[in-house]
Amino acid sequence: MDRIFGIYGDALALQSQRMNMLASNIANAATPNYKARDLDFDKAIAALADGEPLADSTDQHIGYRIPLSPALDGNTVELSTEQTLFAENAVQYRTTLSFLEGRIGTLRRAMVGE
Amino acid sequence: MAGPMNIFDVAGRAMAAQLTRLNTTVSNMANARSVAGSEDDAFRALKPVFRTFSNGPDMATVDVERIVQSDTQPKKRHDPANPMADGDGYVWEAGVDEPTEMVEMIETARQYQNNVQVLQTAKSLILETIRMGK
Repeated sequence: MDRIFGIYGDALALQSQRMNMLASNIANAATPNYKARDLDFDKAIAALADGEPLADSTDQHIGYRIPLSPALDGNTVELSTEQTLFAENAVQYRTTLSFLEGRIGTLRRAMVGE
Repeated sequence: MAGPMNIFDVAGRAMAAQLTRLNTTVSNMANARSVAGSEDDAFRALKPVFRTFSNGPDMATVDVERIVQSDTQPKKRHDPANPMADGDGYVWEAGVDEPTEMVEMIETARQYQNNVQVLQTAKSLILETIRMGK
């Protein structure tokens, strides 16, 4: 399976995890002392490409967001940042999905022999 | 909650918390300018206390821990014609700062909308994933 879908299966898992983290940040936009967290997708996927297992590479590349202008209540969520990244991540997830679709389509055509 | 949370729990509970916050803001706005016969009886703005709720490494949602009364002081006003006035002719106006409440209301609405958007995006992505290869 891994060789059929290449890196895309792992990429989808990472993007899904990142979506959860960004959703958590947006959910906590008004919670005092909440620190926004994010996954560095580029580093995580590079680590996966180097052969690291999925669980290790995600844990290592999770970090806290550095706010552009810190709030008085200790909350580091900036909605504009989180919203932009959430949208970007959603597009990336869709892109990965369409790569996977393409791969499935290729295999199906090879099997059916149109 | 049993089992790990999913993205719908995260956004759903955040929406519930924001709605509680909106309810307190509405109560505060409704009681602004209301008067009482003594400082102790005067209405004081209600504020929800938000706290992060998390039961996994990368999921965190928010709960309303409790609702507290703010320390905005009621305003003392001389109004002897008011039937609520005390012996010296003073009434106490509710301790509500209206501009702050307005800002709070707009912020609450924005954050609520953001959570709705998260829910919609997550829903469509999950549905697309289910349809993959069909």
